[in-house]
Amino acid sequence: MSDVVNVLIVGVGGQGVVLASNILCEVALRAGYDVKKSEVHGMSQRGGVVTSHVRFGEKVYSPLISRGQSDILLGFEAAEALRFAHEVKEGGLLLSSTQKIRPPRGPQKKKAKGLQYPENALDDAKKVCHGRVVPIEAEEIANELGNSRLTNTILLGAVSTGLDISDDIWTETIKAMVPPKTIELNLAAFARGKAVVEGAEA
Amino acid sequence: MSVPNGQKEKPNKILQFGNEAIAHGAREAGCYFGVAYPGTPSTEILQIFHTFPSVMAKWSPNEKVAVEVGIGANLTGSRVLCTMKHVGLNVAMDPLMTFTYTGVVAGFVLVVADDPGMHSSQNEQDSRMLAKFMKVPVLDPANSQEAHDFTKMAFEFSEKYNTPVMMRETTRIAHARGIVQLGEWAEPVRGDNMKRDIQRFVMMPNFARARHTFAEERTLKLLDFSNNWEGNELNLQSKKIGIITAGVASNYVRELLPDASYLKVGMPWPFPVEKARKLAEHCERVLVVEELEPFMEEEALIAGIKVQGKEFFPREGELDLDTVGEGLHKAGLLDAVPPPNANEPVLARPPVLCAGCPHRGIYMALKKINADVYGDIGCYTLAALPPLESVHTCFCMGASIGNAVGAALNENNPKHHRVAIIGDSTFFHSGLTGLLDAVASNANMTVVIVDNSITAMTGGQQHPGSGKDLMGEIGPKIPIEDVVTGLGVKHLIVTDTYEYDKTLELLKEAVKHEGPSVLIARRPCALFPKKIGIDPYVILDDPCSGCGNCLRIGCPAISISGRKTDRGMHIPEITADACTGCTLCQQVCKDDAIFSIAEMKKSSGEEVEA
Repeated sequence: MSDVVNVLIVGVGGQGVVLASNILCEVALRAGYDVKKSEVHGMSQRGGVVTSHVRFGEKVYSPLISRGQSDILLGFEAAEALRFAHEVKEGGLLLSSTQKIRPPRGPQKKKAKGLQYPENALDDAKKVCHGRVVPIEAEEIANELGNSRLTNTILLGAVSTGLDISDDIWTETIKAMVPPKTIELNLAAFARGKAVVEGAEA
Repeated sequence: MSVPNGQKEKPNKILQFGNEAIAHGAREAGCYFGVAYPGTPSTEILQIFHTFPSVMAKWSPNEKVAVEVGIGANLTGSRVLCTMKHVGLNVAMDPLMTFTYTGVVAGFVLVVADDPGMHSSQNEQDSRMLAKFMKVPVLDPANSQEAHDFTKMAFEFSEKYNTPVMMRETTRIAHARGIVQLGEWAEPVRGDNMKRDIQRFVMMPNFARARHTFAEERTLKLLDFSNNWEGNELNLQSKKIGIITAGVASNYVRELLPDASYLKVGMPWPFPVEKARKLAEHCERVLVVEELEPFMEEEALIAGIKVQGKEFFPREGELDLDTVGEGLHKAGLLDAVPPPNANEPVLARPPVLCAGCPHRGIYMALKKINADVYGDIGCYTLAALPPLESVHTCFCMGASIGNAVGAALNENNPKHHRVAIIGDSTFFHSGLTGLLDAVASNANMTVVIVDNSITAMTGGQQHPGSGKDLMGEIGPKIPIEDVVTGLGVKHLIVTDTYEYDKTLELLKEAVKHEGPSVLIARRPCALFPKKIGIDPYVILDDPCSGCGNCLRIGCPAISISGRKTDRGMHIPEITADACTGCTLCQQVCKDDAIFSIAEMKKSSGEEVEA
């Protein structure tokens, strides 16, 4: 069903993947679409991989995206973006924070392949991703804006460039869903995230 | 999230996940009494339900008690919602198998959340089979709207047919969001008087025989109802292919084969046989697409309807667009779907005990004494994995103690240590009777109760040791010590798991004790009720020798820095914004290389002043 838009959001437990996908769902709902979203709670809260499938369109049945059919992959963490890079469809978009979160591990007896943290994850992602890869220095931008928790909104700003939903709807949703005191900051963060992708295009 | 009673301006359509929709459906149906034991993926239903005005909700120590409490409330005339995860249903089967004979006084809806794919469970049983076994009708919603609507209808069916009704959902319904149109709230039905009727409610053989007859007659009525209910949706289109499907799987079918004829089943039992027969008469070929067991497939085959199912679709794990697509391809109905990803694997990121988790210290000690550790259900099962590797079994709630009793009575090696490890909430759930057995049989073993004073794995729910319940009222806080000594345990010690050396000594003492001993390893959870603060420590490159002791405690705040010592050993580092300052790494550091950042700043400040 090509009229359904698929956005896969991935990251590590505690990064805010679920909150970001909730905001995206609300935006799609306000834009008049049918929306479905699925993620798994539970064990993932303990530092595991978190994925959230967001789908919207005129009519959406499945809450899960099928293999290699994501229009946009939004990565909150570089290695996780690499893990799911193949899910982006031809002509799609991989947007990922450059943030690295290394899993804990005991001393290693031998160097098992796949256990090493992929230091150049987003470059590696370019090799397996069928779409365009745009790294986003979300942590740095958030720190410039003075609040590390803004990475979420910066990444959503980036996602907005790949979706046909007006800025007005994004603005009104962000205003409704973030703490009132942080509205201005969040709108600034949204604009910065958007600018990164638009700048990369130019 | 919640809409006050009678409010007119509620939003037309909102996004809700299945559990939220079920809670709202129950409130709209006029349910008064909610009771449960937490279990992923069912937990949020009661957490949301309890926020509604004019209702009562509580956690019970386990699912069997929850059902019994629910039946008690129901006998007085209240509408009752009782929720649990699939494995909780096993615990609750005893009262339910007889409650199905007595029938209900007011609506009684049992929500059971299955977990195909085992995202957070130890098995993937299909509870539809238990609904049939219990002779209770089961509803199987396909999205949030149906979760809401079916819950509301379940109360209606329950009262109309005098039966408990099971709402069976799965993880992808419970935790998936979709658009829901909410309805008006009915006045909650709260009973105030138990009406005595021994022929109905005293299930001794003479009376029970009559009630069994009642239950069988009810099944025939329910079958007739199922054959006519519009929630079992028959849509005749293509004459070539018809699909029988239900629950989340129906979404994949409708997306992949929009032109097929289908019977989308909302009530898998009693199975709408006549509707299935109509589908089979209309179509050349009928397939059954369902998650887990071939439940509807067998129901159709028993009725003599020719169908195919599990020869094309997996019996294990979750279905999705790809697995259903592959099955339809095998059946010759779809082009091949893309193969699974064959890229090189990216690093593993298994879930781990949190930084500052109070369980870490006791597992380090258990590893040190090399005990056989019989595990249980909770976050602490994660310690089975490297580097802690000190849990060796995990079956079901409470199994640790029984397993250790059996081993202790069989093994004939006094030097071998047998330890059962069980969380506080799990101990209250199912550990008491096991410990009673340990005492009664004088089993030579140790029970470690890891007491973080909350039900942590499911997100921080209260339990009998908390002195609180959902509604917040303070009940008596039940000390685990009192329960343990009351059960006859003579050797009981309490330790603080942040003190590693002391914990290790007390554990050694406990395992040396002849007969059953109990060690309570106590520290509040790092996440609930409040996330503990950050108090970072640092590893100094000099004098770190790179021995790796701190890495072996499996703390997510410690990783390899990339720097090496002069002798080429890896130097670890602590992620400052994750470290809670529990000091366990400092306690096992043999080089004295780990320090509190705050204290270092303080002492260097003092030096400057001096």
